[in-house]
Amino acid sequence: MTQPHDVTDQTIRERLIPFPKAHFLAASDLNPFVTPQLLDLGDAFVDFNRQSSKALDLLHGRTVVNLFFENSTRTSSSFEIAAKRLGADVVTMPVASSSVKKGETLIDTAVTLNAMKPDILVIRHSASGAAELLSQKVGCAVVNAGDGRHEHPTQALLDLLSMRRAFGDVTSLTVAICGDITHSRVARSNVALLQMMGARVRLIGPPTLVPGDADRWGCEVFHDMREGLAGCDVVMMLRLQLERMAGALVPSTREYFRFWGLDREKLAWAKPGARVMHPGPMNRGVEIDSDVADDLDVSLIQDQVEMGVAARMAVLASLSARWGDK
Amino acid sequence: MTTLAILNARLLDPASDYDGPGGVLIENGRIVRVVHGAAQIDADQVIDADGLCLSPGLIDIRVKTGEPGAEPKETLKSASLAAAAGGVTTIVVQPDTDPAVDDPAMVDFIQRRGAALNLVNVRAAGAATKALDGQRMAEIGLMDEAGALYFTDGDKVIVNSRTLQRVMSYAAAFNALIACRPSDPWLTEGSVAASGELATRLGLSGSPAIAERIGLERDLALVEQTGARFLVDQISTEGALETLARARAKGLEVAVSVSINHLCFNEVDIGDYRTFYRLDPPLRSEADRQALIEAVREGLIDVITSAHAPAPAEDKRRPFAEAAPGAVGLETLLPAALTLHHEDGLDLLDVLRPLTQGPAALLGLDAGVLAEGAPADLVLFDPGAPVIVDADTLRSKSKNSPFDGRRLQGQVIGTWVGGRKVF
Repeated sequence: MTQPHDVTDQTIRERLIPFPKAHFLAASDLNPFVTPQLLDLGDAFVDFNRQSSKALDLLHGRTVVNLFFENSTRTSSSFEIAAKRLGADVVTMPVASSSVKKGETLIDTAVTLNAMKPDILVIRHSASGAAELLSQKVGCAVVNAGDGRHEHPTQALLDLLSMRRAFGDVTSLTVAICGDITHSRVARSNVALLQMMGARVRLIGPPTLVPGDADRWGCEVFHDMREGLAGCDVVMMLRLQLERMAGALVPSTREYFRFWGLDREKLAWAKPGARVMHPGPMNRGVEIDSDVADDLDVSLIQDQVEMGVAARMAVLASLSARWGDK
Repeated sequence: MTTLAILNARLLDPASDYDGPGGVLIENGRIVRVVHGAAQIDADQVIDADGLCLSPGLIDIRVKTGEPGAEPKETLKSASLAAAAGGVTTIVVQPDTDPAVDDPAMVDFIQRRGAALNLVNVRAAGAATKALDGQRMAEIGLMDEAGALYFTDGDKVIVNSRTLQRVMSYAAAFNALIACRPSDPWLTEGSVAASGELATRLGLSGSPAIAERIGLERDLALVEQTGARFLVDQISTEGALETLARARAKGLEVAVSVSINHLCFNEVDIGDYRTFYRLDPPLRSEADRQALIEAVREGLIDVITSAHAPAPAEDKRRPFAEAAPGAVGLETLLPAALTLHHEDGLDLLDVLRPLTQGPAALLGLDAGVLAEGAPADLVLFDPGAPVIVDADTLRSKSKNSPFDGRRLQGQVIGTWVGGRKVF
């Protein structure tokens, strides 16, 4: 990790590596060799972002289009800030409320946008596989900012960056991912990336929220928090969608909190010094107690937001490094 | 602390397979010694049983009351008095009250109200879905913590297979027991009797036996997939028994209960449209009844219940099809069960096992056995004493007993709960 002073354009360029694939659609587009280098680059961006002047020109003249078919504030702002700091021209399209309602299909939208010649398309969509489909139809790089319940690979990268900065090494960590695994793209991307980097991953949640075949992902599956958290370095809580709590998959929020919500008592079952993560936005008092979420000694939740911008800058910059003209 | 000894009894303990002379010593509400033979024990109080039968108190896991919501039908008190008089020392009340027992506060309410009566052990079964709506999963984890012994929607079948699958799968996290009536809701819709020649002649719409098998096949498939602990509630047909045997042969662990009514009566009993025989599931053919008795004999039935379902006169004094289904049974459970011994030749221990040790093991209770350390929940009875059932003298607030006027053999002489004489 670099010291937080004088991160120059030169420092960044020295660390710049080309992204291994033309698109970043899933955690599996990374590999165990390039990931640490991307994290190094991310570290540099973290320090850079802490300086008062935050303008770079790595993406100068390039156009980044944020295409969010699902409402999202934090991810779309994070990508927008990341691209702007790299000097790109950014257009954030509120498709959630425009052309889709007029009946345009995803491919129509893609073809239309492609004609406008963007360089990077950042897409979030409620359908699994939407980013993959888009990548086949456009000529620019596509970054998946979350597709259905499939993947959210930049989240996994920023989580890994947060963990590496907190623990120094991620290969020996035991990470518990807790909550609604079934519907979580964050869980799928994190399982893939953490396992790629050698960490042990556990999945904890009620049987109605953990896929029956999740043990075949190479994870240990637990339904009991006490058993599952024993010996864990990181407790990653997932958001529980409110509509899933009214009796369909979980009887009630109070029952969920009683058995699977992270509070001090349950956190004490993990390894001493364990850190808490959450991809946000949090349902306080449902999957996590404010007492834990807001304790900066154990919670990495605010760090994750900061790392989000840095990790996405690393992704955008390394994608542009493939083009070779910068 | 005073000690109580019941000596010179015929001990009947299905758990240890002991049927022979002996006695027990009770202290602090628990059995502290069990002696076999004619040994004498010193105690503050000694009861000479004079050769009468002493067995663990009966555990009835399917008792409906009207509390809360329909107290004129039955209260926890009237049900407890009936239970004590029937030698039943633990009752598990059904969640289909008004409001339903579908949250931990209700479980707590039932158990505290029951305990305050100081009669028999009153435990609760929780609802599997909220307000028994068959759609929204109830707070199984919290109710389990509050002491609910199992989870069921009672007489309501959870029609939506996805809901039942989720309930089973979720309950497995707590190792909680789910009970379900095996029944296909469409085939049984509107039925009031068992399908067959008799129902046709009487002009009553019939419930086909296959409806039970179809429902059971679905439930068992879900059990196989989810790994839930499961009780097949109220089996009544030979076909369903065969389905169950096949599943068990494949290694599936499921428990099954049968109501005393389906062991004692058949469809012919509804012949004169007597509504006390209108039950749900309906009384079946004699072949079905014989198959159920055979299953008890072979130890395939885990639990015999009274299926106690009080219905006041205004709900029963109606044309057969319009009358409320169900029968009271707490007070007659023991003598009715003894008909299996007297008339069908079952060994006494085989009759008592699904009334004591069977339900205790299923629900994880330490009762149901005559063993040192077990709670002193006991019943002393005369197995041969003749009784003529008179529904009007029953302690239940509702008098809808199909045994009314029947001659049975077997009389409860005394009932103890936690060493305390309650009858």
